[in-house]
Amino acid sequence: MSLGGEVTKFQKRRAGEIDEGPQTTEFLTIVIGPQMFGIPVLQVQDVLRQQSVTRVPLAPPEVAGALNLRGRIVTAINVRRRLAMDDLPEGTKTMSVVVELEGELYSLIIDKVGDVLSLPNKSFENVPPTLDAVWRDVATGIFRLDNQLMVVMDVARLLRQNLH
Amino acid sequence: MDDLIVEFITETNESLSAIDLQLVGLEQNPNDKNLLGSIFRLMHTIKGTCGFLGLPRLETCAHRAENVMGRFRDGTLEVTPAYVSLIFESIDRIKYIMGELESAGKEPDGNDQDLIEKLDAVYEGRDTAAAPALAAQAAPAAVEIDPLQALFDATPGPADIVNASALAAAAPAAPAAVAAPVPAPAAPPATPPAAKVGDDHAAAKESAVANQTLRVNVDVLENLMTMVSELVLTRNQLMQIQRHSKGSEFSAPLQRLNHVVSDLQEGVMKTRMQPIGAAWSKLPRIIRDLSNELGKKIDLVMEGEETELDRQVLELIKDPLTHMVRNSGDHGIEKPADRAAAGKPEQGKIILRAYHEGGHIIIQIKDDGKGLNTERIKQKAIEKGIATPEQLAVMTNKQIHMYIFDAGFSTAEKVTSVSGRGVGMDVVRTNIEKIGGTIDLHSEEGKGSIFTIKIPLTLAIVSALVVEVAGEKYAIPQLSVQELVLGSDKGDNRIEHINGTPVFRLRDHLLPLVTLQSVLGLPDAPKAEGERTNASNNRYIVVTKVGDYVFGIIVDRVFDTEEIVVKPLARILQSIELFSGNTILGDGSVIMILDPVGVAKATGEIKVAGADNEHKMDETHTHRSGQKTSLLLFSADDAMPKAVPLALVARLEDVDVSKIEQSNGQMLIQYRGGLMPLIKFQESMQLQAHGTQPTLVFSDGTRTMGLMVSEIIDIVEDTINVQINSDRDGYLGSAIIRNKATDIIDVGSYLKSAYKDWFKDHGEEDFDREDMKRARRVLVVDDSPFFRNMLTPLLSVAGYEVTTAENPLRALELQERGAHFDIIISDIEMPEMSGFEFAQKVRDGGKWKETPMVALSSHATKNDIDKGMSVGFTKYVAKFDRDTLLSTLSQTLAEQRTLNKSEAA
Repeated sequence: MSLGGEVTKFQKRRAGEIDEGPQTTEFLTIVIGPQMFGIPVLQVQDVLRQQSVTRVPLAPPEVAGALNLRGRIVTAINVRRRLAMDDLPEGTKTMSVVVELEGELYSLIIDKVGDVLSLPNKSFENVPPTLDAVWRDVATGIFRLDNQLMVVMDVARLLRQNLH
Repeated sequence: MDDLIVEFITETNESLSAIDLQLVGLEQNPNDKNLLGSIFRLMHTIKGTCGFLGLPRLETCAHRAENVMGRFRDGTLEVTPAYVSLIFESIDRIKYIMGELESAGKEPDGNDQDLIEKLDAVYEGRDTAAAPALAAQAAPAAVEIDPLQALFDATPGPADIVNASALAAAAPAAPAAVAAPVPAPAAPPATPPAAKVGDDHAAAKESAVANQTLRVNVDVLENLMTMVSELVLTRNQLMQIQRHSKGSEFSAPLQRLNHVVSDLQEGVMKTRMQPIGAAWSKLPRIIRDLSNELGKKIDLVMEGEETELDRQVLELIKDPLTHMVRNSGDHGIEKPADRAAAGKPEQGKIILRAYHEGGHIIIQIKDDGKGLNTERIKQKAIEKGIATPEQLAVMTNKQIHMYIFDAGFSTAEKVTSVSGRGVGMDVVRTNIEKIGGTIDLHSEEGKGSIFTIKIPLTLAIVSALVVEVAGEKYAIPQLSVQELVLGSDKGDNRIEHINGTPVFRLRDHLLPLVTLQSVLGLPDAPKAEGERTNASNNRYIVVTKVGDYVFGIIVDRVFDTEEIVVKPLARILQSIELFSGNTILGDGSVIMILDPVGVAKATGEIKVAGADNEHKMDETHTHRSGQKTSLLLFSADDAMPKAVPLALVARLEDVDVSKIEQSNGQMLIQYRGGLMPLIKFQESMQLQAHGTQPTLVFSDGTRTMGLMVSEIIDIVEDTINVQINSDRDGYLGSAIIRNKATDIIDVGSYLKSAYKDWFKDHGEEDFDREDMKRARRVLVVDDSPFFRNMLTPLLSVAGYEVTTAENPLRALELQERGAHFDIIISDIEMPEMSGFEFAQKVRDGGKWKETPMVALSSHATKNDIDKGMSVGFTKYVAKFDRDTLLSTLSQTLAEQRTLNKSEAA
């Protein structure tokens, strides 16, 4: 499995950032469509380039399939579908963030992976109640960045909703 | 030595080591109730086990020591170093006896009166006769010192150390020692033997048995197993890569890795293995009790107790087995009087047998009792509304017998204390099927019953058939795959439709079919450029069995079987009943494992009673690699079973005897709108007076013929290894099949007697065996594994040495590697490179330039043949025509020889 340049960079950062203070939290930023999301770095296992997945017939629509990650079977989740967004046009390159939940690995297929940001807790805001229900459900809160807003993604809820 | 004893020694040695440690702890901390309790329990266990195993000396020692410790525990006796020493002494004695037991297999002679006296004295308080138990706390402790002192002096070894501390402890209480002499009589006689025993203790060898085994937590083993499974997969992956890149520098180390991993896997598997005897140990007792209770005489014979199987599997079959043996004793074996009346020996016999067969364990439970009461089962089936009298009337006894595995089906007229409660045969079957096993039964009224259970060796790794549908691969567990059939749109093997539902005539049954693609709701795969038309015409039918229900799954392609490690589905996918798990294939891709039960359910599982037909196809895996071939076993007049390769048989029919017509001395029957000649297998064979006669139907293009036999026995998968060649007309020779000498029949000669001109087209010249210095080597190039597997046995039987290649590229690789063949048989329609191109490549130059090539195709039009000849094929044969192929081969080879000879001259 070849890992992209972003990954090595990311892993280095991740390794060096264990001493996170109480004032800041580290997020891996991802981009889906126009929106930036953040996933707490400690929940991220891996970042993958586009992988070929085995389709699983009859599975819920957001399940893109299953793939082999170093001998473990990982369920790929199409996050766009999960968030009720339109699919990317056929052939567009995607990336994945691998997270673990209750002993199982999930590969979240998203558009792009960005940098790891260390964000001050003071710029955290609650989710505005006017947000779409699906989004409200999977968002823990919002971070005010200089030039945009980052939605903090609650991975457990993103996936657990699936489990029902 | 008895396994039980060995186990006991191992276990007891462990307990004793634990007691040693704890006693020392107790001595330092006499008030530790927990410690005391734990020691007491250990000693108690030893005592109990000894009693159970019939080891009186050990039992007595342990018992008396336990008594003393009981007093410690009750608080009526204070824990003093002296008493602790006494317990140590008992333990040393137990160790000594154990040592002897281990080396000699029995307890040593002699007795332990000396020790027992001492222990009893302490227990009964006699050693403190002058100071009753109720005396002041300090007093008894002090008083005991003296008599014990005498013992200590006589006992060398560790006791000496204790002795010193005992003295130290005793010193302050010394004045009380006046009362000491009283129990003296007990002590002196005890001294000499104690000394003797003491020497043995000193020599107390480390238990050999204990050192040979190591207790390991099951979790550790499971974990190890998982890792080895992963390693196996990785190895497979590497081997696959290796196969595609020949001649790499990795070959040698990979080969080594391959072997080491195989050994490792085997070794780790072994750690999970337990002899099946472990599950049987309770049975003799059960049967004994049963005999007494029911007034029967039953002899339980157990064979193959050492047969090992996975402990997980063992746990799961323990209860079903016990139940079945109990059943045999309860329902099977008759009372002595009844047996005598039936002319059988009074003592009934239950034989329990286990052995390995392939990747399976076969367990047989056989009794010589009264067998199943077919009438009773029929009655019950009607009562329960499971079957109608009409249905039952056409069923074989065996089909009827299988009803006993249905839920709530107990024919026992009364419930006895031993059977008829709770677990029924349905639970037995469910349990066995849960672990991928099958159960079969054969019963003859008045003679007895045989239950045969077939279970996989292990659950961790299973063999699966990899199939493709709509461009995606899926795995089907091999255990539920019965056989593979090639169906097509037209012809004899056609898939027919009833109201759009596909069905298939499989021998004498109608097989319901499901299309995997539609079950999975998959869209059509995008057609690859220039895909063969053939692919859409020919569909593979995977004949699958779930319980009694046999059905066919239509798939696009069939690949190989692979050993796979089943991994559980992600939680989000677990609700999909069609999949039982997923796994990673050798090439690293993830593949879903189909659950045949789920597939059956998804298609509206019809519980077809009696779908479990006579032709049990358990061992029929036509598709499996290697030299195994499916054989149809049947009998004619004589006792010797006959076999014919199943691939040659078009169908099995029951011919109505009254419909047989005679014409010109030839028996004929109207069959599928034409006349089919019928031949008796042997001229002398008596036909049924009425009813039906089992008949094998052979067909070749437009011609069919029926071969009437007495009985169709079974279909088995075996290697044809002709041991004795036959000169007799109609026989190829004899081979051992299922441990029985079996005639392999030569279908050709029967075909000739039906149609004189069957082989006219291709001459009578047979394969010239005399001229054959070595087996003729044939290369078969065909992309369809089905054909490769069908041709291999056919050609092997005919005396050829067969090599197969799944495509021309592989064949050309063989050429490069310098392989030599006498003749090449090649398919025409193949995906990567057509047969025409292949022939051209071969003829263009290289080692095989002169090698004759036979084209094999289902499209034998004149154009095709002309084209084939022009590109370099020597002969052109239609694909399904076995006999033409064989005669063409021998003819071509003969021509080639003549050619070579003339060239040489």
